[in-house]
Order: sequence, then structure tokens, then C-alpha cells
Amino acid sequence: MSVPRYWRNMPKREKLESKKCEKCGHVDFPPRARCLKCGSDALIPYTLPDRGKLTSFTIVRSAPKGFEKMTPYVLGVVELIDRTLITVQITDVDPSDVAIGMPLESVFRKVCEDGDCGIIEYAIKFRPAV
Amino acid sequence: MLPLIDVCIAGWGSYIPLYRITVEEIAKVWGKSAKHFKDELLIDEKAIAGQDEDVSTIAVEAAKNALRRACISPKRLGAVFVGSESKPYAVKPTGTIVAEAIDATPRVLAADLEFACKAGTECLQCCTGLVGSGMIEYGMAIGADTAQGAPADALEFSAGCGGTALIVGQKKKTKDPVATLEGSVSYVTDTPDFWRRPKKEYPSHAEAFTGEPAYFTHTVSASKMLFEELSLKPSDFKHAVFHQPNGKFPIRAAKYLGFKREQIDAGLLVPSIGNLYSGSSITGFSAVLDVAKPGDRIFLVSFGSGAGSDAFSFTVDDGILAKRDLAPTVERYIERKKNVDYAIYAKYRRKIVV
Ligand SMILES: [Zn+2]
Repeated sequence: MSVPRYWRNMPKREKLESKKCEKCGHVDFPPRARCLKCGSDALIPYTLPDRGKLTSFTIVRSAPKGFEKMTPYVLGVVELIDRTLITVQITDVDPSDVAIGMPLESVFRKVCEDGDCGIIEYAIKFRPAV
Repeated sequence: MLPLIDVCIAGWGSYIPLYRITVEEIAKVWGKSAKHFKDELLIDEKAIAGQDEDVSTIAVEAAKNALRRACISPKRLGAVFVGSESKPYAVKPTGTIVAEAIDATPRVLAADLEFACKAGTECLQCCTGLVGSGMIEYGMAIGADTAQGAPADALEFSAGCGGTALIVGQKKKTKDPVATLEGSVSYVTDTPDFWRRPKKEYPSHAEAFTGEPAYFTHTVSASKMLFEELSLKPSDFKHAVFHQPNGKFPIRAAKYLGFKREQIDAGLLVPSIGNLYSGSSITGFSAVLDVAKPGDRIFLVSFGSGAGSDAFSFTVDDGILAKRDLAPTVERYIERKKNVDYAIYAKYRRKIVV
């Protein structure tokens, strides 16, 4: 990811900042220009909750470029306590111990590094609740 | 040293990574005996960061825990200091990464401090000065490290990962103060006992020189200076926390100063997590706050190679009780663990070039 693009995405990637529809209350993550449920553009700033449970997952053994050394890792869909669904990496868990329904909490973690000279990218991941 | 305005700890929080490696597992690889490390240095295992962790991520989790206990908006922090000797970037502050991640930006002073294992308590001194002079409302002092010892070096058996964040506030304006600062001292000399030159992966040390002229002289001198300034003696304290590069040094320093073993037990964490460097003494202090009672007096002394010590005296306030359960305790993080073998450790800690 380019430095400007990473920097622009920091509020949603590192703090789970999104938008909530003022009309119907729906939350999209990542944030959109219009509500995906009712089409309204009356959106207000909203920070997603830091807890949820795992609803679906996959184990990545054949990773995209930049993530090859992290395998195997878990990619999951988490249903947050406000019912918002987000797709996110699940960390601090052995792939053989992952289970649907497990309670999770958000953590600030390193995603990847742009080689030895580039920037270090951070984002929110989820892990089994402490 | 005592600021013009009374300052207190308003919140505290720690973080210790999930993974551990035992001294036996390290000793096995190098054909050494684990006995010396277990029986004399009193280290059983050390905490190690996972592949997606570094000082920024450790500091952020400790900081979030401290904010939960302080019950304040991060926007009220006037300063975020991160003390570390294992900064993710050689040039680019960790302080800004942490301040942004906890939403304390942009009206905040952010900086990184380095003084081997003493940087965490230095941050505490800086926050005390800024809060105690009325320049800022709250300041956050963090000590965190992912320290490395060279493969097979004695330090490889002890260098652990983890850290702690303390929020300092003005006592009168803080709701439910946790502990009040009675005074502090700093004692430093130019003593080259341990160092790391630029671009080197691992530190070097002057072997036995790290003991008597370095750790003991500075720790004991700072402690005695503080006792004298505050007219206190070891028996006036319920708990005492020392920098803990191993179990032997703090136990010996405490005994020499006249502390009893039961005074140092709650804050002595090195047997199960290793030496957290900049996070070492303040994580011990955090573990003491997890169990301390209102009215207890707590002694804290750090040590950093190079060399120096900061010593503090705190008295615990009633507010500690309401805040304790708002974040995981150090003990909870120590219990939550997964042991790994040397191969996984080498991958996580980049001992092999991947
Ligand atoms: Zn809507």
C-alpha cells in the first residue's frame, strides 16, 4: 500500500472509525458515501465496538504478496456487539483452535512491513478475549 | 524532587504477550545447562512478542488498559511518552503511533525516550513535571520493550517483551486518584555497563561489570537518596519494586537496603516473564497496584544501564478499588500463555532471516 493511501485509511484501519446512518441506524464497515441499506447520505461519525464473536473464518495457507511469512493465519468475519459485520484477521490463536462463536476483542497489531526501508503498517485485528 | 502541584496515578495498565519460551528450551539449543538461569537467576521462562507485535502494539494495549482505568477521554492527555530501547523505527516516533491509535492526537506532546531499562520511569518523571507544574491536565508514561539478546548470549535467557502505561494527573482534579506521589529522585553517572551501537541487532555488555558498579551502585544510591529526602525507611513501605534483569539482583538489592522478602514478592515478575527492560520495574509497579490496598506505601526504583536509577514513593488512595477491575491485571496476562519451541521463537523474534 502506498504511504498516502495507508495514511488516509488509518482512522478506519487503526481505530475502526466508520459512519452510521442517521435515518435507519445501519452501520457499514468500511464506511460508504451512502447507507447500503436505505440509500440515505445522512451519515454520522461512529466508532465500532471492540468486542464481538466469530461467525465465519478461513485459514490462509497460501498468502498474497507481503504476507507469505505470516502463514498460516486466520481471516474471519466478526459480528460485533452492535451487530456490524467486519472481515478482519484473527490473531494470537492457533488455526486448530479457532471456533465459530468464540468471543473476540480488538487489538492494535502490525499488518505488514514495506521491506526493510519502508513503513510499518498497523491495523486492528481481533483475538480471543482475555 | 516534588512538583508544585500534588500529582497522582490516575490510571494504570499493562500488556504481556501470549507467547513464552522456557530457559530449558533455549539452553537445549546451545548445549548449556538451564540450572544456572533457573536456580541462581530465578528465571523459568520469558514472554515473547508474536509475529505481528512490536513496541508500538504493546504500548497501545497497555495505554488502552490505563485509559480504561483512568476513566478519562484520551483527548485530555497532554503528553504521551514512550520509553523503549527497541523502537520499531530508528527515526520516526513511537509516541505518535501510540497517541494516534488511542485517539489522543493532535493536541498532545508525544516523544520517545531511551535509557536502556530506565526509560519507562523517565517518562514518569517527565509527566510528573508537566502535570505538577500545571502545564497539562494528564500525561501518559509508557515503558515497553521487545528486547533481544544475541543467540546463546546470557541475555537471550532473560530478555522479554511487554510493557506498562501509567496516567499521571493532578490529584485535586482527578476523580478517584489511585496513588499519590510523595517524591522522587534520579541518580545517574556515565557507567558503560551495557550498550548497543547503531545498526547492530544485539546489545553488548561488560559481563560482571553490570552488577556491582552498575545495577547495585545506582539502585542502592537512588533508594537511599529518596529515603533521606522523605525521611522514610524500608519498613515504612508495604511494597517495594525494583528493576528486575533477573531474580537475583532485585532480591539482593532489597535485602541490602533492609527490605523483607514479603515486601518485594508482589512486584517480582521476572521468573515468569523475563526482563521487560523499559517495562520491567513499572510492570512490577502495575502488578503491585493490582493488589495494593488504600493506605499502603509503595517504593519503586528503576535501573537503566549507562547508567542510572529513578526512585519514587507513592501512597495508595481509595480510588484504586473502583478502578482495579476495569482492565485485565498483570496476573491475568501472565496466566494467559502459550509456550513455544525455539524454532517458533526464532521465527517470531526474527532470529532467522525470513
Ligand atoms: Zn440507512
